[in-house]
Amino acid sequence: MTSSPPSSSPGLWHQILHAPWTWRVTWFYLTLFLFLPMAALVLKALTLNPAEIWRIATDPVAISTYNVTFFTALVASIINGFAGLIIAWVLVRYEFPGKRFLDAIIDLPFALPTAVAGLTLSTIYSSNGLIGGFLEPFGIKVSFTRLGVLVAMIFIALPFSVRTVQPVLQDMEAEMEEAAWSMGASQWQTFWRVILPPLMPAILTGVAMGFSRAVGEYGSVVIIAGNIPFQDLIAPVLIIQRLEQFDYAGATVVGTVLLLISLSALLVINLIQARGRRFYG
Amino acid sequence: MADSSLRQPIAVAGSRSRKAGKFQWGKWLLVAFVFGFLGLILLVPALNVFIQAFKAGLPGLLDTFTSKFFLNAAKLTLITAVITVPLNTVFGLCAALSLANKNFPGRSLLISIIDLPFSISPVVAGLMLVLLFGNRGWFGPLLEASGIKIIFALPGIVMASIFITMPFIAREVLPALEENGTQQEEAAATLGATQWQTFWRVTLPSIKWSLLYGLILTNARAMGEFGAVTVVSGNIVGKTQTLPLFIEEAHIQYNSQAAYTASLLLACLAVVTLVLKYLLERRAGIQHRGH
Repeated sequence: MTSSPPSSSPGLWHQILHAPWTWRVTWFYLTLFLFLPMAALVLKALTLNPAEIWRIATDPVAISTYNVTFFTALVASIINGFAGLIIAWVLVRYEFPGKRFLDAIIDLPFALPTAVAGLTLSTIYSSNGLIGGFLEPFGIKVSFTRLGVLVAMIFIALPFSVRTVQPVLQDMEAEMEEAAWSMGASQWQTFWRVILPPLMPAILTGVAMGFSRAVGEYGSVVIIAGNIPFQDLIAPVLIIQRLEQFDYAGATVVGTVLLLISLSALLVINLIQARGRRFYG
Repeated sequence: MADSSLRQPIAVAGSRSRKAGKFQWGKWLLVAFVFGFLGLILLVPALNVFIQAFKAGLPGLLDTFTSKFFLNAAKLTLITAVITVPLNTVFGLCAALSLANKNFPGRSLLISIIDLPFSISPVVAGLMLVLLFGNRGWFGPLLEASGIKIIFALPGIVMASIFITMPFIAREVLPALEENGTQQEEAAATLGATQWQTFWRVTLPSIKWSLLYGLILTNARAMGEFGAVTVVSGNIVGKTQTLPLFIEEAHIQYNSQAAYTASLLLACLAVVTLVLKYLLERRAGIQHRGH
């Protein structure tokens, strides 16, 4: 009896008291390090009155940070959606020198601390940097502008787009394309009708995961951006600024908005994956 | 991985049988695009860390490496990882063992809950801890009365790191456990092994590669965490400043040599992480996926 986790018969308390210790450790840990902090945020938000919440949440500076954060994250994840598809395609279907190296380096944004990423990106894309120097004559400034925020978000979210598409592409039957080809389909028809549809759930999942990561990103963006309100100030930086001014209510409201967006993105990811399983399972 | 090595020759042979000239042209165009894109976004920035760090030669590096604030930051980063990684390992193993090969209502919900920290902005995670343990937080008065400091101190930094890296190990070990099934454990139990013996001699050896993979990812993220730590640490130089915070501070003060020297250390950590990750993926056939 002591070894079976929640089964049907005895009462809830009995189950809790007699649950195996791995269960108790799991729940204790989740409660202490996850539920308690989350509850702190929700409870704090609930102590504010609705009019106050609305005023803080729709403050012009706050609105502009949502715009910068969500719009830039969306653009970054869509760019990554296209680039990720091409990268995954090239890594799965072609042989070329340096392929293994490229495959391994895709995960760099997961391994490289974001402060380092922000630092090196801001140097390279600054107006006298290695790449920024080329763009300067065309009047394109990257570091300390919204474009810089975009570059940092592309960097941070890139692996998601590649790594979600790659395994699906690997499992795809090349025979299907051969069949489409031999039946007279053009390259474009083969791509649109045969290759793309089964990849779509994976591509969208990658875009949604990248978006979610980019929305929450702080480290690399704060270093490459100028953090100027109404220009390139993102919501996570605004939270920190509010905290530095001891404006806990302000930080809480913006934090809650960010949390709700993240949870919605998570829900969308799960829905896409569930649909994907149903149609292409 | 094994799967891909079987398929690639087929795919390549297939592509060769098509209108060779035109298709090859398309192939190299795409390969060039990939090199260009990854070059601009990943390769050049990564190489730049090494170039900038070695700009002033060895003396420049040594200057930072021997500075007191750098050493303190490196020490704090190390201490944080040394506490965070084992705690999350125990949690990850317990969670995976509780979930694997079992079926109960709410199981997939629990898995989503364990994955939750990956979807929460690190800054929001830090904010939660401040609202809980900060001066004006829920437990603030209680902590102040008993003289315990969590925010602007090591416990806060550790809790933030734990929050951010919580899911890694469970999510690597769980699939491995599911794949292995329970037959071996049942056999061991039938032969009279205790639960501990079964765990150490049967379960652990069968999941060691996945566990190691999770450990590497946990460690890399714990050492490099910036957003959550910024909020809870207070960034007190020499006291609660970790390496990522040291980098930001040096950068703001236009001390780019110090910033890049600290970055070099963390970039080396990233390279080691990538190499180990790559080896584990090849040796143990672990599938890489998004984190």
